[in-house]
Amino acid sequence: MLKLRLFVCAFMLIPLVVTTTLVATEEIPAEIEFNRDIRPLLSDHCFACHGPDKNKREADLRLDTEVGILGGDESSGIVKPGEPEASELWNRVSTDDFLLKMPPTDFGKDLSPRDLKLLKRWIEQGAKWEGHWSFEPIRRPDIPAVTAAHPIDAFIVAELETEGLKPSAPAEKETLIRRVTFDLTGLPPTPDEVAAFLDDDSDVAYERVVDRLLASPRYGERMAMWWLDLVRYADSVGYHGDQPVSVFAFREYVIDSFNRNKPFDQFTLEQLAGDLLPEPTTEQLIASGYNRLGMMSAEGGVQPKEYLAKYIAERVRNLGGTWLGATLGCCECHDHKYDPFTMKDFYSLEAFFADIEEHGLYSGAHATGAWGPQIKLPSAAQQQELARLQQEIADATTTLKTPTPELDQAQNEWESSFPRWTPLTPATFSAANGSQLTLQDDASLLASGPRPDTETYTVVIENPPAGVSAIRLDVLPDESLPAKGAGRADGGNFVLSEFAVNVSASGESPTESVTLQNASASYEQPHPEDKGTPGKFSATASIDGDKDGATPGWAIQEKVTEPQHAVFEPVNDLAGGEGVTWTITLNQNYSSAGHLIGRFRIQTTSAARPVEAFIGGAAIETIVFTPSGQRTTEQVEALAAYYRSVSPLLDPVRAHLAQVEKARNDLDQALPTTLITKSVEPRMVRILPRGNWMDDKGDPLAPAFPGILPQGESTSSSRMTRVDLANWITSAENPLTARVFANRMWKLFFGAGLSRRIDDLGAQGEWPSHPQLLDYLAGRFIDSGWNVKQLVKEIVMSRAYRQTSLVDPTLRELDPANRLLARQGRFRFDAETVRDNALAVSGLLVEEVGGPSVKPYQPPGYWAYLNFPAREWQNSSGAELYRRGLYTHWQRQYLHPSLLAFDAPSREECTAERSRSNTPLQSLVLLNDPSYVEASRAFAESIIRQGGTSTHERLDWAFHRALSRSIRPQEREVLEELFASHLSEYQADQESAKQLISVGNHQDSDEVDAAELAAWTNVARTIFNLHEFITRN
Amino acid sequence: MTHYSFLPSPIARRSFLWNSGVSLGSMALASLGGKPASNAAPPSKGLSAPRGMLSPLHHSPRAKRIIWLYMAGGMSHLETFDDKPSLRKRDGEPMPESITAGQQIAQLQGQQLKVLAPQHRFLPWGSSGLRISEIWPMLGEYCADEMCMVHSLFTEAINHDPAHTFMNTGTMNAGRPAAGSWLWYGLGSDADNLPGFVVMVSTGKWGQKQPIAARQWHSGFLPSKYQGVEFRGTGDPVLYLSNPSGVSAKQQRDVVDAVQKLNQIEDNIVADPEIATRISQYELAFKMQTAIPELKDFADEPEHILNLYGTTGGDGSFASNCLLARRLAERGVRFIQLYHRDWDHHGAVKEHSAGTAAEVDRGVAALIVDLKQRGLLDDTIIVFGSEFGRTPMAQGNGRDHHLAGFTMWFAGGGFKGGTSYGATDEFGYRAVENRTSVHDVHATLLHLMGIDHHRFSVKSQGLDSRLTGVEPARVVNEILA
Repeated sequence: MLKLRLFVCAFMLIPLVVTTTLVATEEIPAEIEFNRDIRPLLSDHCFACHGPDKNKREADLRLDTEVGILGGDESSGIVKPGEPEASELWNRVSTDDFLLKMPPTDFGKDLSPRDLKLLKRWIEQGAKWEGHWSFEPIRRPDIPAVTAAHPIDAFIVAELETEGLKPSAPAEKETLIRRVTFDLTGLPPTPDEVAAFLDDDSDVAYERVVDRLLASPRYGERMAMWWLDLVRYADSVGYHGDQPVSVFAFREYVIDSFNRNKPFDQFTLEQLAGDLLPEPTTEQLIASGYNRLGMMSAEGGVQPKEYLAKYIAERVRNLGGTWLGATLGCCECHDHKYDPFTMKDFYSLEAFFADIEEHGLYSGAHATGAWGPQIKLPSAAQQQELARLQQEIADATTTLKTPTPELDQAQNEWESSFPRWTPLTPATFSAANGSQLTLQDDASLLASGPRPDTETYTVVIENPPAGVSAIRLDVLPDESLPAKGAGRADGGNFVLSEFAVNVSASGESPTESVTLQNASASYEQPHPEDKGTPGKFSATASIDGDKDGATPGWAIQEKVTEPQHAVFEPVNDLAGGEGVTWTITLNQNYSSAGHLIGRFRIQTTSAARPVEAFIGGAAIETIVFTPSGQRTTEQVEALAAYYRSVSPLLDPVRAHLAQVEKARNDLDQALPTTLITKSVEPRMVRILPRGNWMDDKGDPLAPAFPGILPQGESTSSSRMTRVDLANWITSAENPLTARVFANRMWKLFFGAGLSRRIDDLGAQGEWPSHPQLLDYLAGRFIDSGWNVKQLVKEIVMSRAYRQTSLVDPTLRELDPANRLLARQGRFRFDAETVRDNALAVSGLLVEEVGGPSVKPYQPPGYWAYLNFPAREWQNSSGAELYRRGLYTHWQRQYLHPSLLAFDAPSREECTAERSRSNTPLQSLVLLNDPSYVEASRAFAESIIRQGGTSTHERLDWAFHRALSRSIRPQEREVLEELFASHLSEYQADQESAKQLISVGNHQDSDEVDAAELAAWTNVARTIFNLHEFITRN
Repeated sequence: MTHYSFLPSPIARRSFLWNSGVSLGSMALASLGGKPASNAAPPSKGLSAPRGMLSPLHHSPRAKRIIWLYMAGGMSHLETFDDKPSLRKRDGEPMPESITAGQQIAQLQGQQLKVLAPQHRFLPWGSSGLRISEIWPMLGEYCADEMCMVHSLFTEAINHDPAHTFMNTGTMNAGRPAAGSWLWYGLGSDADNLPGFVVMVSTGKWGQKQPIAARQWHSGFLPSKYQGVEFRGTGDPVLYLSNPSGVSAKQQRDVVDAVQKLNQIEDNIVADPEIATRISQYELAFKMQTAIPELKDFADEPEHILNLYGTTGGDGSFASNCLLARRLAERGVRFIQLYHRDWDHHGAVKEHSAGTAAEVDRGVAALIVDLKQRGLLDDTIIVFGSEFGRTPMAQGNGRDHHLAGFTMWFAGGGFKGGTSYGATDEFGYRAVENRTSVHDVHATLLHLMGIDHHRFSVKSQGLDSRLTGVEPARVVNEILA
């Protein structure tokens, strides 16, 4: 007799059920099991008001605990085992009195007649309570004592026998090798591989295939496709401008980890906490990028605190989705309605991630690409080149530091060419607008007193030296001045608007203005608008005769605390001597008030022209002016070092160094990078009431595991870290992780999990069809040291895996959703596999592991609504056009439309289950996307070249290549007819033929006739569009 | 393979098809060989068009379709539909801290907050005297009496991307279905050769060109066949719609025919219901290849209609999209969403709001007038609004994002025309009277389409997930006719 579960399953063909269309059946099982039969209906109908959420709990009654239902020390229960009529629960659900009836009518979810029967019988049978199955410890069940070749089959056959059913026959060998090759590598078997398997009659023929496939690098790629959905790997940041971000090394890490069969606990630890491991390897740092794969924003106007709350909450959701199969997201705003998780659990889990360095707003990242901590990942060749450049830099630097006799000689000459300056003591001095000037011992003038907005200093020099070829204005920092600078502006700066000298030959002679030229300064403040000379704040600007204008005058903002000087040459040597008077004016009327010189001095020289300011700094100048015998050793070395830095003798070395340094920097900029996790002082994490990030009233929390789950042991007494979190996830006591993983592996190889709600093993999930089998697999997984390949091999070696997916009508009617596993599943390939299959069959596929993401053909303008910056997809070229789908650039907001059409997720959030839709857009992709048209013509070319000579033979060859089977006569007929008519059409229309065979970049050989190739291209397109071509059976 | 000959006949299995009312043979052959139906009349009620998951509906619907005119970027309510004379008097005054303290703020974080007076005059229009700013002359003149304005909207997100996601899906987190997907899923579509949820985007020249993510029309956890399909202004009107170069329409038909025949042969042997679905989807794809170009060709529109909208089509403009929206509505498409991407007016809100309104005014007025004259306005809902409003506070001479109060308006299918509902405070800052949440809008729209939002749910992540979320939401009965 068929029992209840089949009827439940019948209406769950897809996991989406509109509540109003639920249909119930009257049949119920003889033996009620609480977790299978009662808990789901209590969860669905009662927990919302009588469940884990204490804030929503009515009448202080909870039906999610044993005490709540059956009573305990302090309370009487609402169920009396064996006596429905004496049980409040039964009375309240079965009454007609709408005031008493539960659930209340306005709740909108009445219990069905069948639900009522179940409840009644359960109470009659003694109301046995069980904890929710997935939170109970993982058992190590005995293998059922039935005749079966494989433990997995024993569990399945035992169940089938109770239904009076048997497993299906083994699949045809062609089907089996196609199935297992796709399942383990995501690619089709080659005709040679199929033939070899068909020819191998040994007992281990199949196992040999399995071992070969598990050892293939393609295996890691196939497993990564699935894992990357969970950990939301993408090549763009997701929010707002959805800018690109470089994390492809993480994808490579995942592929390598599966290929090297890294134990799952290690894999988990590296991703969650690779950065916290002792002296983490580059690989572990790359893995720690897991924590940084969530979405990020560079939108101006983002409130950083809000986004920090978003980022950290998403991490908890992802943790729950990826490892625990728990829908923790509910608890961001309220205690879970169905599962015993609380808000405190949610935010305590957040606290594990509080040490991750990040920003709410990645300000400017849309332009700079600076999305937080990252590492550079040079290839071996790049590393070598970097080392070579580094050595050259070191060599050149050493040369620049090494004294030689030639340099000593040159330095002597250089020193003797230095102009010697003589300070002039002013006879009189004044300030026009009220500043007070005081003469200092060193002949300088120090300003104090009121600070007017603008000022003009006038200094009169009497009896100056004759033959002066240059005048020097020293500006000197002083303790009394703002910022201890040389100027009187708040920052210590000044602006010298105009510097002028007037000469009078004798007391009576008229004053003559001196024309100044060749202004230079020891330092000039740069301005972003400076393009060429003179700069806005150059010394030249102080002798341009323009007191305001576009070039305000000499200023030194960055170096106000060091002595600076400007040098001006009179056009002719200045007259001096007895009776001569110079009047020097320093005009300072910069638009920003108070930019006045604070301390200054006038010096002169009669050195040979040109006389220029010395840019080597005051310290060096002082040494130069110190007689060589009086210099300290340090001074001697400092001066020699300075000289080498400017010596023309070393110009070639410096030029070389600059060139090598540029090469090194260019290479460094071009190095691939990947985001990593960097641990900093943990930020405060509080419960956010109702998830409101602006509410700071919640309690601060330390990292802690959800209270309902076994706590495990922390490695230290201090605050727990992500290492503790990872270890807790993969501890042998954690009841969820291994079950979740085994269930998902089952789905990969049968099309549906043993519990079909892949993302949720909680109360609202599904009671597994074979709970003991799931525990067996989960237990084996833990006990094997989390050996993934072993688990995979165990599943695919079972007879259940190897049976046919064809189904007879009786079995289909009995078990439409295949819950009993009396047959294999049939399902459409995932998006990437749809693409990879066409590329593989066409021969275009480039099999190469890893590397940056690639950009196969995408319709122009598809990114038109992206901005900051506006972008256009640039198709890749060459081999990059033919990489596997998992290497396609994953743009979260605008995922490649071919992948999207076949249900690839945007990866904005954790995706445990892709839907498997069947849509007209998929047809349009396969018919018209240039990638598939190009693959078709490449396939057509190999059909012609390798498939024999007759149409008959070629069709047969094509079917073996594309579908791993012989063509059927009816099928041959259809395709022969298509080929014949299109051949004659293209022969009559060579132009169209040439157009079709030119779609895409692939170069076909000229030896093939265009019309023939075009006709075969349409045959190939037909094959690529077959349901069977995109179906794993 | 003979041992499977006891399988049921293909005809018997057809009942798995979602469009089971149509016989496969006639469907496949008629459209493969025949011409596409080019009539543009609304589908008659008797046709067995594909229906949705809600059958029967929860109650009798007031409307059959929704055209959502989405003013992306954040239209300032203060320059357009929310008349605030009290704000005019306070130009340049500091905003009282009592209003802004502790409130969310976007680009004005840390800056002095000063009032910016409304930049346009408001005038009474129509016999209802509805007050609308002068930058909407056509809308005011021709449509004021159809419009039902709700001045008391508020939302939860202050940045474009999450605010769009909230407006479309009822939550800021990614991964949930857009309203259009919900409706297509629940009600199906009366169009048998077009998607049931169509999206078009036009871009103006005044505001910042803020991005729009395809997430805004994603089907989330619903089957992806309910994803909105973007009709594009340039290139293929729908991605991959055109035949490969060198393949004639006849040859494409041959290929599809051969695919269908081979799939049928396979189905006869393996009896997989997915194959029958696949066959029907190739059929639909092929129909779309002819129906969509025909839809986008305005050659059959009389001159007075082209003049009404002020477009000859094909330019991707908002007006052209409005005319396309009418044509889609006539063909039974359930949910049509037009984005106009031009309303982010951080600066020069006076000139820019006038400029953007001028890009939109004629198209929307023409659409309402045109639907009305065809008798389609009665069962078509027009939704007009943004992801949020803009601050009463100045950002230079513009305004910043604002979530506490803004205006949306509705017309047609069951709404009370020529009325206003709800109000913001005297600053136009916060919705204070008859506060209306985004979820309330969703509940009201579902209600008019015959759906009780409480009962329209899908299991996702263990929850009965609804468009209207878990917080209480209500149907705003006061604005319904």
